[in-house]
Amino acid sequence: MDYEAVIGLEVHIQLLTNTKIFCSCSAKFGADPNSQVCPVCLGMPGVLPVLNKKVIDFAIRLAIATNCKINEKSIIARKNYFYPDLPKGYQISQYEQPVCEHGFLDIPDNGETTRIGITRIHLEEDAGKSMHSESYVARDESLVDINRCGVPLLEMVSDPDFRSPSQVSSYLTKLRQIVRYLGICDGNMEEGSMRCDANISIRKRGETKLGTKTELKNMNSISAVEKALEYEIRRQIAVLEDGASIQQQTLLWNANKNCVEPMRSKEYAHDYRYFPEPDLLPVVIKQEWIESVKQSLPELPDVKKQRFIDDFALPEYDASILTDDLAIADYYEKLANNVKDKKAASNWVMGDVLRTLHENQLTISELKVTPEYLAEIIQLVEQDKISVKIGRKVFEICADSGKNPQVIIKEEGLVQISDTGELEQIVDKILDENPNEVDAYLAGKEKVIGFLVGQIMRASQGKANPKSVNEILKNKLESRR
Amino acid sequence: MTFANLDYSSKRQLFLNREIRCVELTEYYLNQIEQNKDINAFISVFPEQAIEQAKLVDSKIDKGEAGALAGMVLGIKDLLVMTNGTTTCGSKILHNFKSPYNATVIEKLSQQDAIFIGKTNMDEFAMGSSNENSYFEPVRNPHDKTRVPGGSSGGSAAAVAADLCMGSLGTDTGGSIRQPASFCGVIGLKPTYGLVSRFGLVAYASSLDQIGPFSKNVADTALLLQVLAGHDEKDSTSANIDIPDYSALLGKDVKGLRIGLPKEYFTGGVNHQVSDQIQKVIKELEQAGAEVKEISLPHTEYAIAAYYIIATAEASANLARYDGVRYGYRDENVPDLESLYVNSRTMGFGNEVKRRIMLGTYVLSSGYYDAYYLKAQKVRTNIKNDFDKAFESVDCLLTPTSPTTAFKIGEKVDDPLTMYLSDVFTVSVNLAGLPGISVPCGKDADGLPIGVQLIGKPFDEPTLLWAADFIDKRFN
Repeated sequence: MDYEAVIGLEVHIQLLTNTKIFCSCSAKFGADPNSQVCPVCLGMPGVLPVLNKKVIDFAIRLAIATNCKINEKSIIARKNYFYPDLPKGYQISQYEQPVCEHGFLDIPDNGETTRIGITRIHLEEDAGKSMHSESYVARDESLVDINRCGVPLLEMVSDPDFRSPSQVSSYLTKLRQIVRYLGICDGNMEEGSMRCDANISIRKRGETKLGTKTELKNMNSISAVEKALEYEIRRQIAVLEDGASIQQQTLLWNANKNCVEPMRSKEYAHDYRYFPEPDLLPVVIKQEWIESVKQSLPELPDVKKQRFIDDFALPEYDASILTDDLAIADYYEKLANNVKDKKAASNWVMGDVLRTLHENQLTISELKVTPEYLAEIIQLVEQDKISVKIGRKVFEICADSGKNPQVIIKEEGLVQISDTGELEQIVDKILDENPNEVDAYLAGKEKVIGFLVGQIMRASQGKANPKSVNEILKNKLESRR
Repeated sequence: MTFANLDYSSKRQLFLNREIRCVELTEYYLNQIEQNKDINAFISVFPEQAIEQAKLVDSKIDKGEAGALAGMVLGIKDLLVMTNGTTTCGSKILHNFKSPYNATVIEKLSQQDAIFIGKTNMDEFAMGSSNENSYFEPVRNPHDKTRVPGGSSGGSAAAVAADLCMGSLGTDTGGSIRQPASFCGVIGLKPTYGLVSRFGLVAYASSLDQIGPFSKNVADTALLLQVLAGHDEKDSTSANIDIPDYSALLGKDVKGLRIGLPKEYFTGGVNHQVSDQIQKVIKELEQAGAEVKEISLPHTEYAIAAYYIIATAEASANLARYDGVRYGYRDENVPDLESLYVNSRTMGFGNEVKRRIMLGTYVLSSGYYDAYYLKAQKVRTNIKNDFDKAFESVDCLLTPTSPTTAFKIGEKVDDPLTMYLSDVFTVSVNLAGLPGISVPCGKDADGLPIGVQLIGKPFDEPTLLWAADFIDKRFN
């Protein structure tokens, strides 16, 4: 039987604000447990929340980037449940009238573009962290770290528009790229700054009624999401094929065992009793606010890609690789503005730059070859002062030492030999040493030129100007006819 | 001490002339508290800190640096957090709780050199109308110690009435300042919602709670409000408005003042001695040139129901944080997390608090939300509209504060519904966010105080204080 999957996503995006959503504590990740807390985020008696405006700025940015409608008035609500990492006994969130609604994201899907609807984006505070099984936690005890409590989140809920795990993975990749471009989230799923829950059901292809769904949680990478969904699709098909029915439940992905496990029912059987938060006024977002965020909005990935194609005459493939990461795109752009051959610059970035980053596990900001240095190298090649091969050598040394390319060339004696007299001597010498190849050439086997050039380059330790070598070689060979 | 009944500005003159020192006055009040322990107005008293503070204020007076409330000795309802001592909220669950910070109002009063003598007794988490719901035993009415002082700010009202301090702070969610003020024969003001910062007020019902002063005369009420009022960026619901001079209209005659009598507040159900006395007040105002006319607040009959839905819904969330995990009472002998919650809360909260948490949880539950919470919010809007309409033709409204005078301790404890009806004249003011004040206007045959309530337009406390001052001076 042929089945199709119906999948919807809830993505939690942890925002890169300096301070928490309702108090002035630092929102930074990784501090000592309970070192970034105050009476407000600890839920002490008598405290009141004050909304961090930056959170709304970030929500507006994401709304624009995902084509959402921004509600002029949105309501903040309390979501009630008991848990030790939730100090107030309720989470401040949104329910009716979220900050943004009705958007979409176009994602690449097997060479085509698929549109995924976005139901809503709402703001909320993160809860703290409970520690149960860490080595420093005693048996029969749990510890709570409140640092994360009150760190701002945007929850983005998609329509159930996904039909395959690969679409989900493409959407998450795209969304991660967008939030990084917007500077609102570092998109790090491993550290939990972007978290994804999935609702999934299957149905016979052609069927319009939805099947019973399960909810998948605890997937901390895009590939884990894909794997978990693939697993769950297989599991649901097997259940139906067995003649049994799917149970609505929450499942946790176990990355070690590569399977899903049901969550204990007590952990999710909630009636959250949402009601409007009386301590906070509705959030009012006037058109002027949206406009001012728009003015300061960074260029989005798709726009940048198109601009690279238009301005630098790059193939789509290059533009797409170069704009994948904002920092790389910035690097390329600085570089391209300083060299004539934009495509050559692209080749350098896609080749030597990315390989060096990958091999040494560096970020682009850690690369010692600044765009200015690389521009110099490329210019030297353009001006025939060095060969591409020498250029790559200079790049390698520069990546290692951080020295100015000019200095490297001087120190290593890498200046290209363009002096005709000197080159002629080398060519003569090589031709004298290889009479068989000369004869072969004269007999019409022009292929041997490659071999002879190689010999000449080696004799010059790579410094010979290849163009001049070719010219001189041909002349000398012809003169021996 | 003979100057107990002097208003603050007269006492201040004595301070400034060094005829009496703040330390002496503080000692006087500490002694008064000691002598009147049976009233049980205080949960905790700060003898050392108060004397220390008084010495500091005396030295400031000597240097000519005295703040606006220098030497004003105040009792603070134990629902307002202070780093001094404990903040119990009248509950076992917070019986040992020490706050790491001060409420905004405490900071403001401190800056003006007020002296805090102790934390006053109250109904647990401000839930009650008689002060019988305190974990620290009921407060007794100074006028008749077999009777209740009203609630929930009963300790604050009784302390001022018994001259245990010069003034006090209470909180009012459905009448918790005005009703005890009426029962104890003192002035109690519930300011407009948003006028006084709620930061550091332990929330019962956030959309209704307001902090306000008790005092023996309107001049002191105005003076205290002057310090308490104003925008606080820590409270998003606090209004950002220009603060007027609250003493400006005091003593002015009431000629031309337009007073509305809501007819729904003058039908049966009011004790005849109370209604007779209110009629006398009305006559007095008319004779002084005020224009008195009947108006209608047609949704009044739904107010109590709407109040007990909205207040308990908010309370069910506000009190969720008392779970035994981080602070407060905790049952240690538990097998699991669920039992930790259940046992700590079962043993930590009193019956009335548990009743209201359950009520509030119920009205917010899926399937009931629309029928209760949403409906109550609609009623609330209608009540607000009733007042708006009334204020098109009058400057303020006049009603009894409570249908009765102080009742006997134990009289209503087993009948929560009758108890809830003690708030029948006060809850609408909270639902509409308006200012209300209770002024003593005489006594019944048993010598128990009767209070008259004035209700004003939003942020029109100056008019309320003006009318209240007139009544206070004529009847006391």
